[in-house]
Amino acid sequence: MNPLALLGGALFGAGVCISGMVRPSKVLGFLDFGGAWDATLLVVMASALVVTVVAWRVVARLRAPRFGTAFPPPPSPLVDARLIGGAALFGLGWGLSGYCPGPALVALVAGVPATFVFVAAMLAGMFVIERGDRSNRPDA
Amino acid sequence: MHDFTPVHAIAGGILIALGLAIILIGSGRIAGLSGITAGLISPFTGGDRSWRASFLAGALVVGAIFELAAPSTYDVAAPHRLWVVALSGVLVGVGTRLANGCTSGHGLCGMARLSKRSIIATMTFFAVGVATATLAGRFA
Repeated sequence: MNPLALLGGALFGAGVCISGMVRPSKVLGFLDFGGAWDATLLVVMASALVVTVVAWRVVARLRAPRFGTAFPPPPSPLVDARLIGGAALFGLGWGLSGYCPGPALVALVAGVPATFVFVAAMLAGMFVIERGDRSNRPDA
Repeated sequence: MHDFTPVHAIAGGILIALGLAIILIGSGRIAGLSGITAGLISPFTGGDRSWRASFLAGALVVGAIFELAAPSTYDVAAPHRLWVVALSGVLVGVGTRLANGCTSGHGLCGMARLSKRSIIATMTFFAVGVATATLAGRFA
């Protein structure tokens, strides 16, 4: 067990539960512009971004992470068909069901069969790409 | 607007990002949920699985506490017919691996350091997600 990662996961889990992002209906309330639109997801993203921007400022002031070897290298500038095509496929899947990878995993604890179907299919999709792909990844 | 919950959105967004931020600052890792999950099941991850498992364990334990203390945190109904949910899962799994990130990795960590890849990926999956959910909402 890694205590730092356990704490990070616990904070993330609390965040997706409190914000409602574990509910696909809530996510679709934002993504579906046709119905009664719900801006919640946008507010979640905006407030989270404030914190991650500050986190990168902190990283810029430190020489090395306390519990690691190095900070991530500068972002790759590579924009290719794989990036855009992959993001489009993710958007298609996200827009169909309202599940994001992280919140879907957390939502497993509620025992709704559809969540298990989603996560099993997602893991299968991930595995197929991972297995066929040993190239170095430009980002995490 | 339907069910807009700005206070919960801000509190949840901050917690989500704090979870990612302590991993970034403490260990130098970009904690994207699709990357964490895929690394756990990938045949090529090597000895890098402990922190990934710890992060997900922390998230799921907190998620389970919410299920016990406040079951209305979660949806009880499937967001869609099960074959659509399964298709959505495959698309999310494949897409996030091709794009090398999802809402947390690209949308929160990458965007916050103005990574060109992350900004383009995030704009793409948001645009496609909105278009898909809006169209699917018409025919649901």
